[in-house]
Amino acid sequence: MARWNSTRGVGRRSATLLGVAVTASFVLAACGGSSSAGGDASATAGGSSSAAPAGDTIAVSLITKDSTNPFFVAMQAGAKAAGEKQGVDITIASGKAEGDDQGQIDAIENAISTKQKGILITPMSTGVNDAIEKARAAGLFVIALDTPPDPADTVDITFATDNRKAGQLIGQYAAAALDGKKAVIALLDIFDDKVVSVDYNRDQGFLEGMGIPVGDPKVNGDEPKSGKYTGGKGGDYVIVGNEATGANEEGGQKGMENLLAKNPDINVVYTINEPTAAGADAAMSAKGKKPADYILVSVDGGKSGVEDVKSGVIDATSQQYPLKMAELGVQAIVDIVKNNKKPEVTPGLDFFDTGVTLIANTPIAGVDSKDAQYGLDNAWG
Amino acid sequence: MTDATATTAGYDAAEEFLDRQSPIQRLQGILHAYPWLSPAVVLVIALIIFSSITSLFAQPGNLGTITQQTAVTATLALGQTLIILTAGIDLSCGAVMVFSSMVMAKMAFDQGVAGLPALFLGIVVGGLAGLINGLLVTRVNLPPFIVTLGTLGIFTSLTLLYATGRTVRNRELADELKWLGKPVLLPGGFTITYGVLVMIALYLIFAYVLRYTAWGTHVYAVGDDPDAARLAGIQVNRVLLSVYATAGVIFGIAGWVLIGRVNAASPNSGIDANLDSITAVVIGGTSLFGGRGRVFGSLIGALIVGVVDNGLSVAGLDEAYKRLAIGTLIIVAVTADQWIRRARA
Amino acid sequence: MTETTTTKSGGGTSTVQPVLEGRGLVKTYGRVVALDGADFALYPGEVLAVIGDNGAGKSTLIKALSGAEIPDTGDMFLDGQQVSFKRPNEARAMGIETVYQTLAVAPALDIATNMYLGREVRKPGPLGSVFRMLDGAGMRKAAKAQMTELGIGTLQNMAQAVETLSGGQRQAVSVARAAAFGSRVIILDEPTAALGVRESAQVLRLIQNLRERGMPVILISHNMPQVFEVADRIHVQRLGKRAAVITPQSVSITDVVAIMTGALQVPAEDQTLGPVR
Repeated sequence: MARWNSTRGVGRRSATLLGVAVTASFVLAACGGSSSAGGDASATAGGSSSAAPAGDTIAVSLITKDSTNPFFVAMQAGAKAAGEKQGVDITIASGKAEGDDQGQIDAIENAISTKQKGILITPMSTGVNDAIEKARAAGLFVIALDTPPDPADTVDITFATDNRKAGQLIGQYAAAALDGKKAVIALLDIFDDKVVSVDYNRDQGFLEGMGIPVGDPKVNGDEPKSGKYTGGKGGDYVIVGNEATGANEEGGQKGMENLLAKNPDINVVYTINEPTAAGADAAMSAKGKKPADYILVSVDGGKSGVEDVKSGVIDATSQQYPLKMAELGVQAIVDIVKNNKKPEVTPGLDFFDTGVTLIANTPIAGVDSKDAQYGLDNAWG
Repeated sequence: MTDATATTAGYDAAEEFLDRQSPIQRLQGILHAYPWLSPAVVLVIALIIFSSITSLFAQPGNLGTITQQTAVTATLALGQTLIILTAGIDLSCGAVMVFSSMVMAKMAFDQGVAGLPALFLGIVVGGLAGLINGLLVTRVNLPPFIVTLGTLGIFTSLTLLYATGRTVRNRELADELKWLGKPVLLPGGFTITYGVLVMIALYLIFAYVLRYTAWGTHVYAVGDDPDAARLAGIQVNRVLLSVYATAGVIFGIAGWVLIGRVNAASPNSGIDANLDSITAVVIGGTSLFGGRGRVFGSLIGALIVGVVDNGLSVAGLDEAYKRLAIGTLIIVAVTADQWIRRARA
Repeated sequence: MTETTTTKSGGGTSTVQPVLEGRGLVKTYGRVVALDGADFALYPGEVLAVIGDNGAGKSTLIKALSGAEIPDTGDMFLDGQQVSFKRPNEARAMGIETVYQTLAVAPALDIATNMYLGREVRKPGPLGSVFRMLDGAGMRKAAKAQMTELGIGTLQNMAQAVETLSGGQRQAVSVARAAAFGSRVIILDEPTAALGVRESAQVLRLIQNLRERGMPVILISHNMPQVFEVADRIHVQRLGKRAAVITPQSVSITDVVAIMTGALQVPAEDQTLGPVR
């Protein structure tokens, strides 16, 4: 009797818990549909899925690197807004985190099997190239957003920030702001164990902008560790080191701390993006350094990043336009499906440049920039 | 021996050879009694190696920085140690920590809750998350690995849905939430933060609780041999539930330490925190099979990872060696644990 | 051996009250009848062996007596008082301690901790009441005294981990734990099944020590020579009932096996053999 009773008791409790769990997942699924999808799960925005008969509605997948980076969150919001306006079903998907190729590949395969018209993707790495080619072979129009694949012709076209130019702009600004002083440089990248184009284009672009000779233009960290920079008034430079940050606050802070331990005299800090810059600033102020003591430059132009420019924490940032990328991407797929009109690349580049603007609170003669207010008016996130 | 043996000399004589031990057995005995000893030796060796490579490493400023860099992982590792001592594992700890930190930050920033209640709410959310893990483990009888693999996804999604991808920045944070980032100057130029002090205080508290209270004894007994514990009258499920809930509270506090550390509450933080915490616990000499280990071992384990990470950077060596070194340490630590267990069984 | 077993105190068959008694116990699992009106009686200060073939209801009987199973019908008495147990902890609270064959000790914990597992003693004063601090030294001292009293002289260091002990020593820890907490009855379930010859001898010696201290013991065992060595009386269980109660002196091993298998029938009056004089 005892055994039977207790077993039943456990059964009841289990059933209750399972019920709660099932309910919770429904609630979660519902939320996922109305906002961004988490992890590698895909959720369809706009009710009817792309499994509906083809022809009337155009179904498109937006596949970002992750769903946590505000940049991609903004991009997802832009795509959804554009989708509603154009009558396009947008499926939102992403990798789990930077580096999760498999999550993107799964999402691409889903788009193929549900017979969608096109894919907007921020390709994680060359690891997803095969899947993209499969999608194109299946007749999907594939547009890379933000990050051009390598080689660029893996996709039909790329809508992106010119990351090289974004890097060069902040490099030029940093060189000019030094006004001939010796530069002691910290470079806060994303990875040290993977090669992604945005990582080397911004980093190497920054060095080019400062007028420092880079070695292999696609490899971070192979430039001479000291010498002369030619940007601005020119002068001596020392590179203290490259640190992998994962492009977030925590990594930026840790990387900066480690470089400061190597050389406390750092006065120029390049950061892959603004969260990384915030982390670097935290490490600097922990060492008693004030924003005026060093030059901190970054790339992104997100709202909180531009606010940091306004308050003087970040000296200059290259603002990019993820909403515009997503809107243009959705528009391009509509054009090609309805009017068979293909988008064209920007002359002189192998992708469509969605533009980049240098935002700096203190303008410096000889370097074009817009002020923080302009940046805020055009900021995403 | 004693006079008691007089009546039982018959079988006592046959037992005496048991006291003879080879030096290797004696070493096993020592490692068994003090499981944190070998990681402590590794830590000292690592400190010596990096100090000899570069003079920048052993600067008080840098050593203080390492403790700050270790605080979050070490706090998580403490909760993880409790769970691993019961032969469980928690893959969701990082997700719980980030979720708690987002609750604290957004409650205070968006919902207009005062700093201290928001902090309290965040820690409660951590405890509830742990309680959910514990209920699934004890009531539905699922393996902890599977339960926390599932809740890892659930808590990560909840964080994303709740935070909508937005970081709560330094100037938006309530002051109470930033307390743990405040520096504490120690004599000799060492700078730590209140977060480091909170972490150390938690370690002291739980070292005491595990060593000197009945609950602590029961945690070890449940992990060591759940059947024996049950037969001794311990309510195994109740102990497990309390362990997961307590660990959840610690993960919630880790969320507070994290905010102090990063000076922001970001849904992007802590992606690999679960594996980092398990690494610290395992390197610290706690057995994945439960019932053996000391919390201070996990602190040492976390410090080893921090020292190797920082040391390679400061020495200008390739970070790839970090993974090599840590990976090797994990294998060596688990092998040593198996060796001690095998020889002692 | 026979000298000591037959000098136990005890009155006539009808005057001594059993320590633990079961009357007409029935337990069925679906169609399987495990106990079919079984009777049972344990008298003060004796070692009662319970034997029986597999499926005779031996382990169900013991589970009923130790609270692990609730009989469908039938009555149980402890020192003449009617009792019923819903779980092992209730039986234990009333002084019925069970030692299981599977060496039920936690290997990584030390001897004293194992002995006090589940009933730890806190320090007196605020250290104990506010800080919940355990009285480790006190528990080790009491454990040592208990060991000495039971004549377990080889175990000197109570802070020694149980896994460093031999199987016999571990079983000794289990028995010492069972005997330590004011218990009235100790049930030993196949205590030597997992042990070698020498270690089994230690445990048998321990059982004799328990009896010398006046502690009644129920010994469940398959090992006939061991049963005949230590038991005062032998309860033979067959087909869910008590088939016979005999003494090692009155019946040979061969006959006991015959009773177990049903080859030998025992008259009803011999099934209720009282305490041995």
